Amino acid sequence: MSEERRTQRVSRSDGPAKATNAPSKSEGLRAYAFAYLAFLYLPVLFLPLFSFNASHFIAFPLAGFTLEWYRQLFADDAMLHALGNSLEVGAVTALLATLLGLTAAKAVTQYRLRGVGAMLGFISLPLFIPDIVLGLSLLLLLGVAGFPLSLAGVVLGHLTLCVPFALTVMIARFEGFDRNLEEASADLGETAWITFWRVTFPLMLPGIAASLLLTFITSFDEFLLAYFLSGTEATLPVYIWGQLRFPERLPMVLALGALILVVSVALVILAEWARNRGVEKKSIGA
Amino acid sequence: MTFLSLSPYLSIKKVSKRFGALAAVDAVDLEVPRGAFFALLGPSGCGKTTLLRLIGGFAQPDDGVITIDGAPMNGVPANLRPTNMVFQSYAIFPHLNVFDNVAYGLRKERLGKDALYARVGAMLATVRLEGLGARRADELSGGQRQRVALARALVKQPKILLLDEPLGALDKRLREAMQVELRALQKSLGITFLLVTHDQEEALSMADRVAVMSGGRILQVASPRELYERPNCREVADFIGQINFFHATVKSIESDSVTANAGVLGLVTVPRAAFGFSFAVGDHILLALRPERITLQGGSVAGEIIAASFLGERSHYQVRIAGRAEPVYVASSGVEPQGPVMLGWNQDAVIALPFD
Repeated sequence: MSEERRTQRVSRSDGPAKATNAPSKSEGLRAYAFAYLAFLYLPVLFLPLFSFNASHFIAFPLAGFTLEWYRQLFADDAMLHALGNSLEVGAVTALLATLLGLTAAKAVTQYRLRGVGAMLGFISLPLFIPDIVLGLSLLLLLGVAGFPLSLAGVVLGHLTLCVPFALTVMIARFEGFDRNLEEASADLGETAWITFWRVTFPLMLPGIAASLLLTFITSFDEFLLAYFLSGTEATLPVYIWGQLRFPERLPMVLALGALILVVSVALVILAEWARNRGVEKKSIGA
Repeated sequence: MTFLSLSPYLSIKKVSKRFGALAAVDAVDLEVPRGAFFALLGPSGCGKTTLLRLIGGFAQPDDGVITIDGAPMNGVPANLRPTNMVFQSYAIFPHLNVFDNVAYGLRKERLGKDALYARVGAMLATVRLEGLGARRADELSGGQRQRVALARALVKQPKILLLDEPLGALDKRLREAMQVELRALQKSLGITFLLVTHDQEEALSMADRVAVMSGGRILQVASPRELYERPNCREVADFIGQINFFHATVKSIESDSVTANAGVLGLVTVPRAAFGFSFAVGDHILLALRPERITLQGGSVAGEIIAASFLGERSHYQVRIAGRAEPVYVASSGVEPQGPVMLGWNQDAVIALPFD
C-alpha cells in the first residue's frame, strides 16, 4: 500500500510543478481541487484494494493478493438471492416510476391543469421527509391495511422516492418538446396512440433511459425503507447490513461493494452518454 | 365575382370559438371555392390561426358548421380530415430523415416499397429537394425545412392545404422567392390553398382571394386589387397599405356623383359607384386617398413638403396642409418640387367609407 500512496502523492505534486509559470493563486486552486478529489475518491478506492487483500483484517500492510473473497461471494447463495431480490425490486420500481413520471410529466407540461404547483410539491414531498419517518409510517400503513411485509411493499416504498426523480427528468425532457409534432402526426392521419409510438416515445427515449437508470440505482441502493418493509426477503443493502455482524465475512462484503462500484460507474457513464447524445441532436436542430 | 358562381369547396357557417369570455372566432361565414389560393389576413390575435385550427380539426367550434367538399366536419378529428397543414414551426420530426418525414403520412396507404419510393421521390422533386432524402432534419436550412413541411403535407394529396404563416421564419429574400414558388406550385397542382398570414404583402402577392379578419370577425372578402382600391371599412383600408383619411359630410347627391364637404380639402366630388354603403345628405363619412393617387402639382389644396424620402423608383413625401394636424402622405415618381405644392387627385381615386 505504501507504494500506492506514494504514487498518489507524486502525481499530486506533479501537477503544480508543471505549471510553474502560472500565477500562484491558480496553483493553490489546483492543489485544492486535487485534495478535494482525493478526499472524495480515496476512501472509495479502499474497497477494491482490500477486496484483493489476503487477510480478514482491514489493516496495512497488505498481506498479499487473493481472489478468495470473490470466489466466496459467488458461492454464497443467500447473497445471490438478495442480489436477485434487489435487481427485481429495482427493475420493477424503475419501470413503474418511469411510466408514472412519463404520464404525469406529459399531463403537467401539455395541459393547463389547476393546482399543478401544489401537485408537484406533494409529489416531491417524500424526498424531504426523513427516510426513517417515511419507513415507519409506511410500515404502520401496510400493517393497518393488512398488506404482508414483502418485496412488493419495498417496491411501493421505493416508488414514493423514485417517482419525483422520474418526474423531474421527464418534465425537463417534455419542456423542450414541440407540441406541434404530435399535431403534425395527427394531421398526417395517425391516432393519438400511434402518434405516441411514432413520435413522442422515440423523442422521449433519452429521457426515459436516464429516468430508468436513475430510479433503478436509487432503488438498488436504498436501505432504510427496504429494511423496514422487506420482511424475510432481504434486498442486497439489507443483506450487507446483516453480514457486518460477522467480521470474517467483511472481505466478501468489500468484494461485493467493489463490484457494485464498477457496475454503478459504468451505468452512470452510459446514462450520461445517452443523455448527451440526445441533447446534441436537439441543439443542432434548433 | 366569377369565384362565387362556383359551389364552395370549403364552407364555414356561423362558426364561433370562445376561450373563456373571449370569442376568438365570432360567428364567421366564409366560402372558399375549389382550386383557389385563399388568404386569411389579419393582425396577430385576430382569430385567423384559431379559424385555421378549426378547419384542420385541432379544435372543435362551439357553434356553427364547417363543410369540406360537401361533407360536414363537426366532430371529425384532425387525423380523419381531408386537410393537411404546414405548421408555422414546420414541426419536422427531428428523429426522422427527410424521406421518412415525407413518407410519414403514407403508412396507412400500405404502398409497396417501389410505389412508396416513387411517390415520395416525385414529391421531393416537386419541392426541389431531390437527393436530400437521407438528410437528417437537423442538417437542413430554414428554406429546406419549409419545403419538407410542404412536401409532407402535399404528398397526402389533401383537398385543402392549410398554411399557418409559412414564410414567417424565413429571411426577406428567401420569403420573396418562396412567395413566387408557392404560387406556381399551387397553380400547377390545382390543390386549394388556405394561407394564414399577418403580412399584407404576402397575402396580396400570392392569393387570388383575401379575407381580412379582425377581432374574430371577417371584415371583407375580395380580390387583392379590390381590397386595395375598394376597401369596405376604415380598418381594412388602414391595414392594407398606407392611406390618408379625411372627415367629410355629405352635402348633395346627384344622379352619378356625390358632393361632400371635406373640411380642409374643400368640396370633394365622389362618383356614386365609390359608395358601397347607404347614406343620406348630412351624414358623416370618411374619404380616403392612397398616397400614390395624389399629385403634388396642379391641384386645388395648397401645402408644404415637410419631409421627403427617396426610395429609388419613387419618393415618399409628408405634406402639411392648413387646418390639419396630421401630414398628408404622398408617393410620387417625379422630381422633388421646390417650394409650395398644390395637391390634387382624380375623382375616381377617392375612396368613400362609412364613418364609425
